[in-house]
Amino acid sequence: MIPTRKFAAQFSTSPFQGEVWAVILCFLVTACSADVKPVFHADENPESLSDWGMVFEGDGHLFVNEGVLPYDLATPLFSDYALKLRTLWTPDGKTVSYDPDGPFDFPVGTVVTKTFYYPRENDEWDGVVTIGEAPRLSQMSLPLSKFQLVETRLLVRREAKWDALAYVWNEEQTDAVLKRTGDIKPMTLVRDDDEREAFAYLVPNVNQCAACHATNATTKEIQPIGLKASHLNKRSNYSHGLNQLDHWIAAGLLTGDFSNAGAAPKNADWQDETASLDARARAYLDINCSHCHNPVGPADTSGLNLKPDASGPALGRCKSPIAAGGGTGGRPYGLTPGAPEQSITLFRMETTDPGAMMPELGRAVAHDEGVALIAEWITEMEGACG
Amino acid sequence: MHYRTIFILPAFLALIACSQETQDSVSTTDASYQETLLTQLIDAEPGDVIEIPEGAFSFDRSLSLNVDGVTIRGAGMDKSILSFKGQIAGAEGLLVTASDFTIEDLAIEDTKGDALKISEGENIIIRRVRTEWTGGPKTENGAYGIYPVQTKNVLMEENVAIAAADAGLYIGQSENVVVRNNRAEYNVAGIEIENTFDADVYGNVATNNTGGILVFNMPNLKQPGARTRVYNNEVYENNTKNFGHEGTPVASIPAGSGVVVNSNDQVEIFDNDIRDNKTANVIIASAFSAEIDQAGVADDFDPYPEQIYIYDNRFDGGGNNPDGLDLQALKVAMVGPLGRLPDVLWDGYVNPARANDGPVLCVQNGHAKVINVDGPNGNANPRIVDDSSHDCAFEKLPPVALTGPLAE
Repeated sequence: MIPTRKFAAQFSTSPFQGEVWAVILCFLVTACSADVKPVFHADENPESLSDWGMVFEGDGHLFVNEGVLPYDLATPLFSDYALKLRTLWTPDGKTVSYDPDGPFDFPVGTVVTKTFYYPRENDEWDGVVTIGEAPRLSQMSLPLSKFQLVETRLLVRREAKWDALAYVWNEEQTDAVLKRTGDIKPMTLVRDDDEREAFAYLVPNVNQCAACHATNATTKEIQPIGLKASHLNKRSNYSHGLNQLDHWIAAGLLTGDFSNAGAAPKNADWQDETASLDARARAYLDINCSHCHNPVGPADTSGLNLKPDASGPALGRCKSPIAAGGGTGGRPYGLTPGAPEQSITLFRMETTDPGAMMPELGRAVAHDEGVALIAEWITEMEGACG
Repeated sequence: MHYRTIFILPAFLALIACSQETQDSVSTTDASYQETLLTQLIDAEPGDVIEIPEGAFSFDRSLSLNVDGVTIRGAGMDKSILSFKGQIAGAEGLLVTASDFTIEDLAIEDTKGDALKISEGENIIIRRVRTEWTGGPKTENGAYGIYPVQTKNVLMEENVAIAAADAGLYIGQSENVVVRNNRAEYNVAGIEIENTFDADVYGNVATNNTGGILVFNMPNLKQPGARTRVYNNEVYENNTKNFGHEGTPVASIPAGSGVVVNSNDQVEIFDNDIRDNKTANVIIASAFSAEIDQAGVADDFDPYPEQIYIYDNRFDGGGNNPDGLDLQALKVAMVGPLGRLPDVLWDGYVNPARANDGPVLCVQNGHAKVINVDGPNGNANPRIVDDSSHDCAFEKLPPVALTGPLAE
């Protein structure tokens, strides 16, 4: 097919070199262009992911379409070691309003995507996945010879509210189809020590999407979770040495009472050993837990608050459980200073029992490295209970 | 019975609309029904009635509903069975985050976590639902059977809850609640009212649990609780060994507890049949007796039970074989090896700031006596109260009036 679209940069400033290169490449590699431009479906949920025109398969690669902006987070949610490609698109160059605390305010028509994929162990897809780093996008594309696409989740800002949708990729890796009732995919994880662990990868159903994204349990409104200043305030992986927020400002995407990333809250990268242990641990708990464990979230029933500003019993320190059931693991307190093996929070991260594990959804295997981080944080915690 | 008129009409329409599809496609013990029900829950709109046909249906992941005004109705608690024995994902059987919700006439079995959780909703009816772990009481069972939390205006009636590792029927952080004519057995806690304002608990049977009926306040939550009436219940032989998870509040409940109040205020216990609970027929305790670390308690928490009024119950037996070495030793010391502890066991904690404000516990119940185990002094001087210090009365609480669509 011949690309018919002219390059019309939605954000025309220089930081968009990545996109420019992608476009140039698109003219060279004809198969990489989408049939569909990025489009907002105001009412209908198309059956195929390609109908949104955000990301698409071509010539054995997954491409990010023109005008669609990839981004990432300082510390991401752990999802069974899946790698994630996140994108943001707003229609007609509409801008996003900055907010220092909550998710930014996105215009109607915004489409956010998150594609979950894994490094394959073998050339042929056999359900065996390995643990790897997300590759840097080369010409806005991922080579599917090395990676298996599992699902792409969308958050769509409709007139009345955000809607959440999950599209599951076919085995041929050519497109993904809408699966409103979710799915379970049997897989095997190969850990770094070559230990193999069978697990059930969960594609959430539409209601389960709300279980995490309705971060206020009273309003029950679906909201983006990662698209907040504290998570986005990091060096961009997609715009050559710029801070991601500064890039968005320079591109004219981000507006509001806000001048530069230096003035914005910033979560640590949980793997950045130059950051303090406390900052890394709190960033990890924030992105993995605080969508429910916040003062108005679905888990406020527990009295446990894992947002970065929580402290004392609310953070779990010497706090007895309320309704944890088997989630206590026989341990007395949320956090027992100096004693990770006596801390319920850590048990909740270690276990894979669906009735006891945290988060409740989106994890089937333990995140050994995350567990190690929180264990170290508790070990270093001063004071004692009782 | 205003609410009936609201729910019957959509039910009738749904029956017409669904009968042809569901009757043909669903067979018993059918795993494919999962997809059908998931779709119905996702597509639900206010006013919908989702009919669960007769049969046993298996699920491998949790169900959830977040649309207001939906009714889920089965063909009977022994006829429409949702089995989660093969569950591999999700923390509950069914999680509802919606208002104006009714669920009735079905069973939820063998969930990994809680069976039925309803979080943040108003006007909730849970009726003739059975939640059960079919292997009997085991620590690895899910925590709660029926679990509305942060709800308002709630009716739980004629349900059956069996073998939950925490509470069979539990309502937490809620307001305006009626819990009546239910049956709870082989749970750690049969029926538990926690951090809830204005609850009437009557006509229930609680037997073979570790503790029969609990009225608790826990720290670090959005609201405390007060004003619960426990009356006209049968609470007997709650002597099942505690199989709760270590670390949970109920794990500290001694086996053989009839009605237990912890840290809650304005609780009336009257006109019940309470018998043969081996530790004590009634226990009144503070948070200090519940293995809660004071360093982990928010400052605003009131750990003292106050205005507890026990009257006109029919006590029989009980107190003859308390759970745990400390209580056994206490019993032998106080009443001898063949005696039984008094019907009301009180840990004796009184808020020092209110020490002169009069009694916290009134008992006007024939010959029933109170044993004060002297918790504040490490049980140094336990005593069976033989003076009139508990012969007093508090102003009686008004009945709970359900409102709106639940008004009777």
